This record gives sequence, structure tokens and C-alpha cells, in this order.
Amino acid sequence: MIIKQNAMAGTLESSDIQISLAQNDHEENQIILESPVKHLFGEEIEKVIRSILAKHSITGVRVKAIDKGALNCTIVARMQAVIYRATEEDIKWELE
Amino acid sequence: MERLRRTMMYVPGNNPAMLADATIYGADSIMFDLEDSVALSEKDAARWLVYEMVKNGDFDNTEVVVRINGLDTPSGHKDIEAMVRAGVDVIRLPKTDSAEDIHAVERLIEAAETSIGREIGSTKMMAAIEGPMGIINAFAIASASQRLIGIAIGAEDYVTSMKTKRSPGGVELMTARSQLVIAARAAGIAALDTVYSDVENDEGFLEEVQLIKQLGFDGKSVINPRQIGVVHEAFHPSDVEISEAKQIMLAIEEANEKGSGVISLNGKMIDKPIVERAERVLELAGFGGGQHV
Repeated sequence: MIIKQNAMAGTLESSDIQISLAQNDHEENQIILESPVKHLFGEEIEKVIRSILAKHSITGVRVKAIDKGALNCTIVARMQAVIYRATEEDIKWELE
Repeated sequence: MERLRRTMMYVPGNNPAMLADATIYGADSIMFDLEDSVALSEKDAARWLVYEMVKNGDFDNTEVVVRINGLDTPSGHKDIEAMVRAGVDVIRLPKTDSAEDIHAVERLIEAAETSIGREIGSTKMMAAIEGPMGIINAFAIASASQRLIGIAIGAEDYVTSMKTKRSPGGVELMTARSQLVIAARAAGIAALDTVYSDVENDEGFLEEVQLIKQLGFDGKSVINPRQIGVVHEAFHPSDVEISEAKQIMLAIEEANEKGSGVISLNGKMIDKPIVERAERVLELAGFGGGQHV
């Protein structure tokens, strides 16, 4: 999927995660994570974010994620929302 | 045993903390809301959040309902497809005015079930009636689909349409509530009452719960966890009622064992309505409709 515009999803409320997505200036995906539990769950959160990017074949983006203690399913949901906002494509249910 | 629906708790669909904690308060049903509690700009995000929560959540025996946006909005069709795919128990349609509103949603549900190989008919529906036309058509709505498990009245929109406002005694809702519960009973489905918005007014809330219980409603929509216990307590039968119900069910068992066609208890004949009321008392008391007396 192709990123057409920068986008953001999620909030800074407790148990949420605010994720913004923008084009990167190189091919690799770059993830910038802020989280009070980064030392414990940082790798897991990044893994979830990268898995959703991979599912949609998205490369060359910069993801900034400000975590407020989100569950995995919340991270997935916010990633899905931000990707479809950024790509402006219809939902591809066959990927789910 | 018929499922109890004494309480259906509203949970805003774009709030992860409230979604995650929704089951811990003990409501019989939880209703994730994609409609009025979600800003227009966040409809997509809320849909994804509820989709992931429903798909991955462990809700034990709590019934999971999702209130979708109406089909006259850009979100309605998408909500239905996402929620059927997530495996929701019940889809709640807002602002239902006619049987055709039910049929239109049902067609979309069936299409989604077909596309993912889910059993046709496994996604249940309920309808919120929020205007005078819906009240007039209440039985047609309640009997429009085998998927319907209940109808509910939404009072705020209703009283606005009726050019009035809500009052402590609820006289402005009396006809609508009565007509809705009659329609539900005639169709053999549940009747759910509207929310009580003044969460600080415990006395007023209890009075309203007692009123709708007396009218015959199965339960009430709630917007705050502190309202759940009040409703469950009000619907819980008294010790005397439970004792009488147990005696009735035992008398039936004994009569059946003896092959007796006429059943009496303490000199009074027990007929079908008395048995049905006893079963309902035992269901509400948590005894499973007389199976475990």
C-alpha cells in the first residue's frame, strides 16, 4: 500500500497509544517509541507495529508511537486506523 | 434457560480503557457504541478498536452487543461488515422506524456472514426505537426477523420528537414504554428500557427501575457501572417469592411423578401462568428456571 498523506490515530489517554505515520526519507521503516513501559515491553510493541506494516506491505515510513499502556489489540487497532487514513484505501478484509 | 438481560451497559467505542474493563462490573450485556459517543472524525478508529476488542476479547458469559451507525450514514455498512467479521453476538440498530429498517440491516449481515462462512443467522440483532413512528410500528419491528433478541426504547430522541422532555415520573414515556413492552412480549423477545442519565440521583434511578420492572421490561440500559447493582437488586426476587416458586416447581415434580393431571399447592390450583411466573422468579434468582430447585 502507498502512503498518500501523513496521518495520526489514537489518543494520549490512559490505555491508548497515539500513532503517527509519515513518509521516511529512506526505504526502511523507522519506529520511534515513547512508553512508560518501554524497558519491559518496548520490543513487543515494536514487533506488533512492524507486523501490521508488513501485513500491508508498507515500507519507507516513519512511525511515531506514544504509548500510554495500550493492550496489543489497541496497538493493532490504532495501526490499522492510521494506515487506512494514510493510504486512503478501502479496507482489505482479505488481509485480516 | 433464557438469558437474563437486566442490564446492558453502554461503553464508548473509542475508549480503550473502558472497552477493556467493560466486563468486570457484572452487567448481563455490554454494548460497545459506535454511534452517538463517537465523533464523526473518529468513526473509523472506533470501528477498528471495537473490531479488535470483540475479536480478541474474553467476555466469558457476558453478551456483547455493538450499536452501529444508521444505514443513512457513511459508517453503517462498514460497521456491520466489521462487526460480523469480528464475531459479535448482537448488532444493535439505532433509530428503528419500520420493519424495513430491520430487513435492510439483516440483508447486510447475511451478506457478511456468507462472505466469511459464518453460520447464517448466528449474528443476532436488536433494535432501538427512538421515535413515534417506531412506537407505532413496534410489533412489526419486533417480529421482523428471527435474529431479533430484543427491542429497546431510546427516550431522549423520543421525547424530543414528541415535543416534550423527560420528567421524574416518566409520564411522557408511559404510552411508549407500554406499547414497546407489549410488542416485545407479543413477538417473544426482550424489552429493554432507556438510560437514566442523572447518575448522581440514586433515588430517582431506583424509582425508574421499579417502574419499568412493574411494566414488564426485562431490564435497562445503563451508562455507569454503579447503576448495575441497583438494577440487579431491584430485579432479584424476594426470599418469599423464591420460596413460593420452589414450592410450585416441587409440586409440579410430585404431580408428574404421581401422574396427576391436576396440580395444587396449599389448596390452590396451579395453572400455567403461575408456573411461568415461578420459572421467571427462579431465573431471576439465578436458579435456572426451576431446574435446580
